[in-house]
Amino acid sequence: MRFRAKIVDLACLNHFSRIINTIAKLAKTCILRLTVCKLYFILSDKVANGGASMWCELSQGNFFDEFQMEGVAAEHNEIYLELVPENLSRALKTSQSAKAVKIKLTNKHCPCLRVAVELPSLSSSSRIVTHDIPVGVIPRRMWNDFREPSVPDFDVSIYLPVLKTMKSVVERMKNLSNFIVIEANLSGEMNLKIETDLVSVTTHFKDLGNPPWEDGCQSSAQGRDLESMAEACIDIKKLQQLLAGQQVNPTKALCNIVHRRIVHFILLHEEVSLQYFIPAIA
Amino acid sequence: LSRIGDELYLEPTESGLSLRAVNSSRSGFASFLFAPLFFQLYEPGSAGPETELFRCKVHMKSFLGIFRSLPSLEKSVGKCLILLKPRASRLVLQLHCKYGVTKTHNLAFQECERLQAVFDTQSCASRLCAPARVLAEAVVHFPPTLAEVTLGTGPGGKISLRNYVEDEAEPSKTMVTELWLAEDEFQSVAVAPGSHITFCLKEFRGLLSFAEASNLPLTIHFDEPGRPVIFTLDDTVLEVHLVLATLSDLQSNSQSPSTNGVSHLPAPPDDFADDLESYMVAMETSEGGSERPPSPTFPLRTPRPAESKAEEEEEEGAVPGTPPHKKFRSLFFGSVMTPGRPGLATTQEVLAEDSEGE
Repeated sequence: MRFRAKIVDLACLNHFSRIINTIAKLAKTCILRLTVCKLYFILSDKVANGGASMWCELSQGNFFDEFQMEGVAAEHNEIYLELVPENLSRALKTSQSAKAVKIKLTNKHCPCLRVAVELPSLSSSSRIVTHDIPVGVIPRRMWNDFREPSVPDFDVSIYLPVLKTMKSVVERMKNLSNFIVIEANLSGEMNLKIETDLVSVTTHFKDLGNPPWEDGCQSSAQGRDLESMAEACIDIKKLQQLLAGQQVNPTKALCNIVHRRIVHFILLHEEVSLQYFIPAIA
Repeated sequence: LSRIGDELYLEPTESGLSLRAVNSSRSGFASFLFAPLFFQLYEPGSAGPETELFRCKVHMKSFLGIFRSLPSLEKSVGKCLILLKPRASRLVLQLHCKYGVTKTHNLAFQECERLQAVFDTQSCASRLCAPARVLAEAVVHFPPTLAEVTLGTGPGGKISLRNYVEDEAEPSKTMVTELWLAEDEFQSVAVAPGSHITFCLKEFRGLLSFAEASNLPLTIHFDEPGRPVIFTLDDTVLEVHLVLATLSDLQSNSQSPSTNGVSHLPAPPDDFADDLESYMVAMETSEGGSERPPSPTFPLRTPRPAESKAEEEEEEGAVPGTPPHKKFRSLFFGSVMTPGRPGLATTQEVLAEDSEGE
């Protein structure tokens, strides 16, 4: 099992760091899955995460100048590692002016991802900073726990409002309540609602648009009354974390609501896609 | 100075005004000596044959509060007068501002003994001098909350900085960051090969910000682990010293800086892990007398004082009412867990007593 990668371009490094920062905001610990072409950051829906799960996928070619990977076996050419994304985020944070960043899987005392940053310096040789991030290697028998979640049979699919606006609304609502209700219909309308003993607040969004899915996916939504709202009551903190982690406006941002079951968020950027599932509170 | 301690010691001397601070665990001391030339007027007062120049200490926060907003001070204050009035028990700070406005602050002070750490830069085996900027750029890679850092020398004359992982932390869960600086980034390097010291980063950061702001090169004097590290800044009118205790660690002598991995210290046996007391007892009884001072504080006197004197110091050294600083624990008690270390229970030497010693 080997892994070596190198980023030389500053823009790529910056972009990669931003993605890691987003992941770090969503998960304390997550799985990094490495394949020949892609990297995946996976959070499975265990009780410890409050039932939320995440699937983030990026093509390594868009970020790395060099990328070599050898999985556990020839027919299973993948590596699954458990790590704390905050460590990776910290390692990359101060590397923004680096000449090169190399990432390598090592196992001197314990398995680590070694991030080696070559920094410019006034002297003849560069400054080298290494960060050894401890990782756990996930054995192949557990790989099934981390499969890509399928798009649920949703009732309504709708594009999200401008994330910055949504974020500031949710942040204020977070001060009032621990739970938030997201409801939306197929006429492009979405409401964010909180209700406590003292106060209830609703923010209405209109003309958001509903994404066109292929016929096969929209089984629950077919023949549905366009005005009828599908709703789910979710943990407001999870929603706030998702919105706070978005540092750049995605190319496409939408959510699928399964009435009273789960909300599935999809955020697409040019080089990375992020899916986040927040279950409804019973 | 406020990063070190809560009290500001003012000591006028013939060679200038000395401002000093010490931390609650007596493991960090800093002094700033402003030469008479720094001031427009400097009158240290007169010392008679029986009396010394008057010294006092004030609350750091009260003193800092007067100088709260530097930018507005720079714009409005023309002169600042500092006056010690022993009979009125007041330290007077008078700011002469624009438009004829004078702000007078009267601070209550406490008389105190001379606060002085015993240290000698000449006796240090190793010395590094670097522009503050280089060190600031090095330190930025470590998280702001990091307590201790290890400075070491490595192959090719390179100097390394690595975050120190406490023994109690699980090595397989802690991220280790290491930075390597080439010799030519320093203005001067005179180090004993293979040497390391571990000291408190937080207290060092304070001095580093000052050095950066004043654009002065910083010199680091160090010796073996356990002996204090001394940071100095020199200017024509200002002399700064920061003295920090370093972790006394027998294993660190054999530790090679280029080794990957976190803690090189073998874990204490499991049955001792929970039972600190019996572990300490076991260590004390198994270790014979060691030449090295057992505690990471720097010795107040040379190693063999009269036994009774050592005990007396220990009683006074237990500063009443000051709970041990968290960092104190990591410098002192944390290292007890290392096997092979002599226990430090009894002779806890302090660098400066604050009651009438002699």
